[in-house]
Amino acid sequence: MKSTLKDPEPLLETQWPADPVKPRKAGWGGLKRRLAPYGFVSPTVILMFVLMLVPIVMVIGYSFMNNVIMTKHPKFVGLDNYVTILTDSVFHTALANTLAFTFASVAAHIVLGLLFAMLLNSPLLGTRFKALFRAVYVLPWLFTVAIIAVLWRLLLDPNGVINFLLMNAGIIDSKIEWLSSPGTALFAVTFINIWAGYPFYMVSILAGLQGIPKDLYEAATVDGANNFQRFLHVTLPQLKPIIISMAMLDLIWTSQQFALIWMTTGGGPINVTEMLSTYTYKLAFSQYQFSLASAAAVVILLLSMILAFFYIRHQKARD
Amino acid sequence: MGNDALSRRNVLGYFGMAAAVAMTASCGTANAGKSADGTVTLEFAQWWEPELPKGSLRTLMDTFEAKNPGIKVKLLSGPYASTKEQVIAGAAAGTMSDVVGLDGAWINDFSKQGSLADLSALMKESKYDQSQLASQVKIDGTTLMIPAVNFVYPMFTNDDLLAKAGVSKPPSTRSEFTAAAVAISKVDSNVKGWVLPLSQEAPNGIQNDVMSWVWASGGSMLKDGKPDLTNDAVHSAVNFVQDLWDKKVVSPGALTMKEQDKVEEFTNARVGMMIDSLAHIKLIRENNPKLKFSISAVPAVDGFTGKRGIPYAAWGIGIADNSPNKAEAWKLVDFLMSEETNAKLSSLSNSFPGNTKAVPDFVDSDALFKKAFEIYKGGYPANEFVGLPVAEQLMRSFDEELQKTLSGQQNVDKLLANAQATWMKSF
Repeated sequence: MKSTLKDPEPLLETQWPADPVKPRKAGWGGLKRRLAPYGFVSPTVILMFVLMLVPIVMVIGYSFMNNVIMTKHPKFVGLDNYVTILTDSVFHTALANTLAFTFASVAAHIVLGLLFAMLLNSPLLGTRFKALFRAVYVLPWLFTVAIIAVLWRLLLDPNGVINFLLMNAGIIDSKIEWLSSPGTALFAVTFINIWAGYPFYMVSILAGLQGIPKDLYEAATVDGANNFQRFLHVTLPQLKPIIISMAMLDLIWTSQQFALIWMTTGGGPINVTEMLSTYTYKLAFSQYQFSLASAAAVVILLLSMILAFFYIRHQKARD
Repeated sequence: MGNDALSRRNVLGYFGMAAAVAMTASCGTANAGKSADGTVTLEFAQWWEPELPKGSLRTLMDTFEAKNPGIKVKLLSGPYASTKEQVIAGAAAGTMSDVVGLDGAWINDFSKQGSLADLSALMKESKYDQSQLASQVKIDGTTLMIPAVNFVYPMFTNDDLLAKAGVSKPPSTRSEFTAAAVAISKVDSNVKGWVLPLSQEAPNGIQNDVMSWVWASGGSMLKDGKPDLTNDAVHSAVNFVQDLWDKKVVSPGALTMKEQDKVEEFTNARVGMMIDSLAHIKLIRENNPKLKFSISAVPAVDGFTGKRGIPYAAWGIGIADNSPNKAEAWKLVDFLMSEETNAKLSSLSNSFPGNTKAVPDFVDSDALFKKAFEIYKGGYPANEFVGLPVAEQLMRSFDEELQKTLSGQQNVDKLLANAQATWMKSF
């Protein structure tokens, strides 16, 4: 059968009015336009290249040499440094301490941050009280690590205020060497880190709480939900994205904590507060084993990248 | 977008690119320290300036510049730990300052790195009279560091606490020390006889507060330049420390205590005796003007009649091997080690001079320093960590083993055997 349908007319190309100006040639002007965006991003790109990529690549390179910096002509030793690090019992101790310190700190940060944020968001408190508590609760966040370390060294000194108060209250009957006793040192530094870090959560969660629509709570109340059920089924789900993001960032930051540990215990007594960061520092600046330190740093980088991967994936899912 | 806006955007973009290129280019700019008019600018990296009276080191440098036209000195000052890191990094990158402040504990490692100039050759070249130097730190016969000033570590005793404890004079033997420490600890529940800082952040307590007992009795922790920690002298000293610990006469918090905590405990009259640097006398007097204290030699084993080693720490000086201005750098070292300047430097830092002819002014004006100077002259400066490889790490590993022993996890024999095995790996 012969088709009766007409062949479709070819699609018309866009008809432009006759341009009196000749088409722009790809000359200096075009080149300038193409280069302009690169000009804008070049400072950042070069800074990131010089300050991030180059050092990272150098450290990775160092980790495969016998001993850089202290040796004028270091030799390639393959994975030897990684084998030494991964089979070192002190590294295992440092890894276990870092995990305990990090997870305990992050868990306590979440709980305390949430608790204080809810307190500050409570309609039961007046504006003045809220302002006062907000200032008091955020104080630990305003101190630098050096101040925090000195402050808590004094407070936790065997002759310090904490022991004095506990003894007067009858809770303990002899002075406890909080930072010097192998039995309490890890607990003490974790406690200091919790104290120093919870305000970050508190401020962020408070902002999240203030953004939860009231009608959600009203609807839950109409459905017969009590306070705990409203917290469980309205507040927590609404805060979940904030809490997960912050917990992941906190895991990365806390696992790399160095200054606080170094200034309070130096990784001791014995090695009960040795962390991956202090272990790496000692390898570099006490033993001058820069290649071993580089291998340890690369291991830390890989562990951090696992956390960073989950953080980025979570952020993408949110977007 | 208008042409103007586009143009402005382009200009900004090019400016950014140019700035970035300029910034990276400047990273590689070399500075040989010589200006167009021939003036040489020496970099002098050290931790001394923050520890001296404000402006005093600069004044000494101004005097040097006035005496040596054509040479300027740029002071690069920082805390002790960051100076060390800066020197290590500078040595690796070939950007080490011309003249550097050094600690004897670093020298062996810098020697391996080849980062320090041969001072023996420079002294020979300038026909320098080496007999005026109190000491030189040599590796394989080559002088790499000259101690500019020495901080000795005698025993400090709190006069009032000793009197309350019924101790009539500072102890001079270990038995007297133990008896005094026990008696002082009974004076008050908040007071202890002795203080022992064992922080692993700065493990120099092993050098100043533990090994000092070995050296004070003429002992040694080395044999033929190698570790010998299992010998009788070290065994006896560590047993002595363990005994004091078991008698509960050591100030609490020792395992994470730092040197500054030790001084604070003594200043606040919470301990009766400590081994400490003379440099802290001024600080103790400022913080507690009412405290009455004395200085004595570190007690020796009972019946010891020989010369007592007195621990010391030095502010050493060296020249970078990569310095293009070694001759000018040597002039600065020569100036700092001269009789007049060295006496001034030691007066300013409350330390003893590295030049044998220099006499600091405090020796005649202060009774405590006079006594310390007598102790110094009566014994010999002893610090066996000077010149050892990874000296700080040796202290730290010994510290860790000592902490295990004091915590009851092992005995002294095991401590010394473990420390000996660990130390040997570094030699």
